[in-house]
Amino acid sequence: MRNLFNFIARNYFFFAFLALEVVAILLIAQNHQHQRSFFLHSGNAVAGFFYRRVDAVTSYLDLQQVNEQLARENALLMEQLPPAFLDPGLQEPVIHQDSLQERRYAYLPARVINNSVIRRSNYLTIDKGSRHGIEPDMGVITPYGVVGIVKNVSERFATVISLLHHESRISVRLKEQEHIGSLIWEGGDYRRATMEYIPSHVALQRGDTILTSGFSRIFPKDVFIGTIADFEIRRGENFFTAGVDLALDFNRLGQVQVVTDLMGAEQDALEALNDN
Amino acid sequence: MEAREVLRYMIRFVLLVLAQVVVFNHMRLGGYINPYVYVLFVLLLPIDVNGWFLLLSAFVLGLTVDMFMDSAGMHAAATVFMAFCRPAVIRLISVKSDFEPGTVPGIASQGLTWVVTYALLLILLHHIPLFFLEVFRLSGFWSTLSRILLSSLASFAFVLLGFFFMGKPARG
Repeated sequence: MRNLFNFIARNYFFFAFLALEVVAILLIAQNHQHQRSFFLHSGNAVAGFFYRRVDAVTSYLDLQQVNEQLARENALLMEQLPPAFLDPGLQEPVIHQDSLQERRYAYLPARVINNSVIRRSNYLTIDKGSRHGIEPDMGVITPYGVVGIVKNVSERFATVISLLHHESRISVRLKEQEHIGSLIWEGGDYRRATMEYIPSHVALQRGDTILTSGFSRIFPKDVFIGTIADFEIRRGENFFTAGVDLALDFNRLGQVQVVTDLMGAEQDALEALNDN
Repeated sequence: MEAREVLRYMIRFVLLVLAQVVVFNHMRLGGYINPYVYVLFVLLLPIDVNGWFLLLSAFVLGLTVDMFMDSAGMHAAATVFMAFCRPAVIRLISVKSDFEPGTVPGIASQGLTWVVTYALLLILLHHIPLFFLEVFRLSGFWSTLSRILLSSLASFAFVLLGFFFMGKPARG
């Protein structure tokens, strides 16, 4: 026994290295199972507080750009006011059903205070948390595209799984042709994504617009995603795989909107009855 | 180690982590390369530094960077590995094996060639596990390797600048 201790003591450098390396790898392994590693979570008060301060300084550099973007957002939002929704079918003075005008989605503005675009699994951090009503699995968008889905929430911050994540999958629709497909990110360039499962009979053209389909309740319908850059039929498949130029510059994310589905609980409860 | 030195190392630790997190993490050289300069802390430890201090400080350094980058233990694992290899690398590249106690690696004391070899080797030994841990698979091996090489060069360039700034031993 004493010989063993002596052996370890003489080679302490190697064993200390081994011990620390194992701890580090355990930490990595735990995180890969999506367990809440509270200590290392950047929603943690220390890192979050720090990023907030840094962001307060650097955000002044973006003010002009933010103003221009806000002006464009205003324009887009103004186009969504009631006059744009008038149903031409109801010209007669019938009683308007209120359900036609009920709001389905609410938007909460937030700032991105941490972001990454160069890894296979990218996440971002926003400055709103549970005290603002953020919950996991809420969608995050800007008028120029889908940003991602909320992952974890602390009291004042939340982390978001970016669209730029190898497991990300968004239900999207071609604007003109109306066909549905899936949008994924295959890594590498943060300005490009890939749309899969477009039936091969669809007439695609470079520049065709891609929007969210609205089939998933996480994202509202018709959020602009990007345009088709190129497309091909991969060997052994029966559908197009298209490269998409994303309209949203993920490297310059500043203001985003978190999407709340106000009717989600109702739809969930109803669909739960399907299997009964 | 006396209090003044401890303080100096703590300040250096904080400064390097801040520089990494505030400045270097936002550099997207060529679109996807991120220089990792915080390793300079380990490179600047005295040649005869205590083994425990070397490994533990490397671990804590990596863990702190991990906390900011949301990467669990990846940087901790890579930095500890690099720290573990440091004594072997120093023995490998040094012609004379007796250094004055307390010498710190620097251009003034060991010369530019020594520092260049030292930094390049250790940075590679840091980046290789880091990138492979991040990818966690062997497919796309060559593209990962090219990312490692390019990132290592970028980190090395900034680390070398850091060495130039460390300059005379009289500097605080």
